Amino acid sequence: MSKAVALEVSQTVEAGPVKKRDLHLGDRVFFWILRGVATSVILLLAALTLYLFRLSIPAFQTFGAKFLISLEWNPVSEVFGAGPFIYGTVVSSLLALCISVPVSLGVSLFLNELAPKKLADTMGFLVEMLAAIPSVVYGLWGIFVLAPWLRTTVQPLLGKTFGFIPLFQGPPFGVGMLAAGLVLAIMITPTISAICKEVFRAIPDHQREASLALGATRWEMIHMSVIQTARSGILGAVILGLGRAMGETMAVTMVIGNRAEIDISLFAPAQTMASVIANEYAEASSQIHLSSLAAVGLSLFVVSLLINAMARFVVHRVDSRSAKAAH
Amino acid sequence: MKNVMFKLPTLALAAVLWVAAANAADLINGAGATFPYPLYSKWFSDYQKIDRSIQINYQSIGSGGGIRQLIDRTVDFGASDAPMTDEQIQKAKDPVVHVPMVLGAVVVTYNVPGVKAQLKMTPDIVADLFLGKIQKWDDARITKLNPGVAIPKDHPVMVVHRSDGSGTTAIFSDYLSKVSAEWKEKVGTGTALKWPTGLGAKGNEGVTGTVKSTPGTVGYVEYLFAETNQLSMAELKNASGNFVKPNVKSVSQSAKGSLKQIPEDFRVSITNAQGKESYPISGFTYILVYKTLSADKGKKLVSFLKWAVQDGQKTAETLFYAPLPTELVKKIEKKIADIQFK
Repeated sequence: MSKAVALEVSQTVEAGPVKKRDLHLGDRVFFWILRGVATSVILLLAALTLYLFRLSIPAFQTFGAKFLISLEWNPVSEVFGAGPFIYGTVVSSLLALCISVPVSLGVSLFLNELAPKKLADTMGFLVEMLAAIPSVVYGLWGIFVLAPWLRTTVQPLLGKTFGFIPLFQGPPFGVGMLAAGLVLAIMITPTISAICKEVFRAIPDHQREASLALGATRWEMIHMSVIQTARSGILGAVILGLGRAMGETMAVTMVIGNRAEIDISLFAPAQTMASVIANEYAEASSQIHLSSLAAVGLSLFVVSLLINAMARFVVHRVDSRSAKAAH
Repeated sequence: MKNVMFKLPTLALAAVLWVAAANAADLINGAGATFPYPLYSKWFSDYQKIDRSIQINYQSIGSGGGIRQLIDRTVDFGASDAPMTDEQIQKAKDPVVHVPMVLGAVVVTYNVPGVKAQLKMTPDIVADLFLGKIQKWDDARITKLNPGVAIPKDHPVMVVHRSDGSGTTAIFSDYLSKVSAEWKEKVGTGTALKWPTGLGAKGNEGVTGTVKSTPGTVGYVEYLFAETNQLSMAELKNASGNFVKPNVKSVSQSAKGSLKQIPEDFRVSITNAQGKESYPISGFTYILVYKTLSADKGKKLVSFLKWAVQDGQKTAETLFYAPLPTELVKKIEKKIADIQFK
């Protein structure tokens, strides 16, 4: 990391002042306009954070840091705690990752390493099309197709076979944590597989040729020179997918069952940070209710920010590594 | 080709000018409840045919949002399914007038396999279903009340409620709090609740979708929605002891039955109303305006309100909203006449 930063800094030092001196007036104006635009984005982010923070002050004053772990969310008696929502967001996103990561890896490996080019182009396009479907459509599909199927087929089967594990106990509702995880998994698969594909493509061919020349089978070649090399790139893709899963609102709200409780069973209804805000903000009228929703938003914002920062860090490392590999 | 390129900008300019001219009409902005939105948009377009100098722009952002925007004075009128609380009125600083526009109702809908007939329910059955205390559809109280209906043996009950904050939930929970002491103590009244049991679905359409696709469910939706989607609706026992089907007439009756209890400012809940034919889960939907309005826009808004509580009521019925009883309309007109202009 420190090397990368140093590299970046030295580049700006080189590129900045030296060129600036011989700028024409038009170039200067252009420079300032662009700088203004770029700064405004940062200002917007700062303003947003500040606003959210100001809105959520009453909630933190009333409930303290306990707000983040308290399990009670009762708009009538005005007792608020974000525990169930943080749990819901984290578990539904992790569940989505558990399902989506193996699939995405398979898809991107197949497209990049195994499939003939024509097939790979068509399939790649179709997978990316999944990302273009609006989330409300996923939600509707979840309610009318996925949830009934889960209720009548999948959940009874899971209950019968793995019912001794607490994760698969309880009555089959169809909608609930499992449905939310599945819908999210489908939604983040195009994101993860597209990035993985790019990461794999960045690996120079001679690396593959080298392992094949050493007598590796195709699987050993993929294992040694593709997956091993791309490890941190894959991690970056996963983290971006996770970020998308955590922020997803509409589709999750429609299939998760919206219950502010923590239940270990995946069949049980739950609720996420994004979905409780979408659900209750429009009709919330008391100051403390609004403030608590804002505090939930702030928590989500902070968590997403952390994840984005992590993703940047990881992607950066991959970049500098593959650059090194190319030299 | 050149001709077209010349014509296009001219046409565009003409269009802009035309739109600008049309906008010369006074623009009145309102925001609030989603429930009356279909009716309001019909009213606004009907009324524009009568008075061309007024154009009403309404955003259905929810009752809570409507009240917030009224308090912030970003709109000329707010709309809400629930009257403003004392706390909200204090925040508004200047006096606010509540004008009831029509009545709405909430129905109990269900999906019991094999049951096509309309089920009868008493208030305590409804409360215990939603409290999670009645867990099987063939509960003795339900079968006793509905002889001759083939209710499946041992079928579990699943409650479906609104996950989003909503006026529908407010009216429904207000009713349950009136008829069940246990509900009042454990759950209470509000646009969003901590539900003792069940699944949350988003919007009337979410509840409808879940109930329709899941056997054994019971939920609640707006009457308008249940009627247009042909859902099964329970017949409820009202305060006078009669079983009443939800329809436009029985909902209007609930306002008539509570006429004596309606206070000067119309801020009242009329759930569990007296009267033989009153449907028990009904409520007003209001337009909220400040008591002192600006002279230009205010006068036009007031004449619209007068029109809505009179001629507008006929339109209401065709869209499955229950019209205000005539006795009440007189009172409301008096209240509208009190609005002042500065």
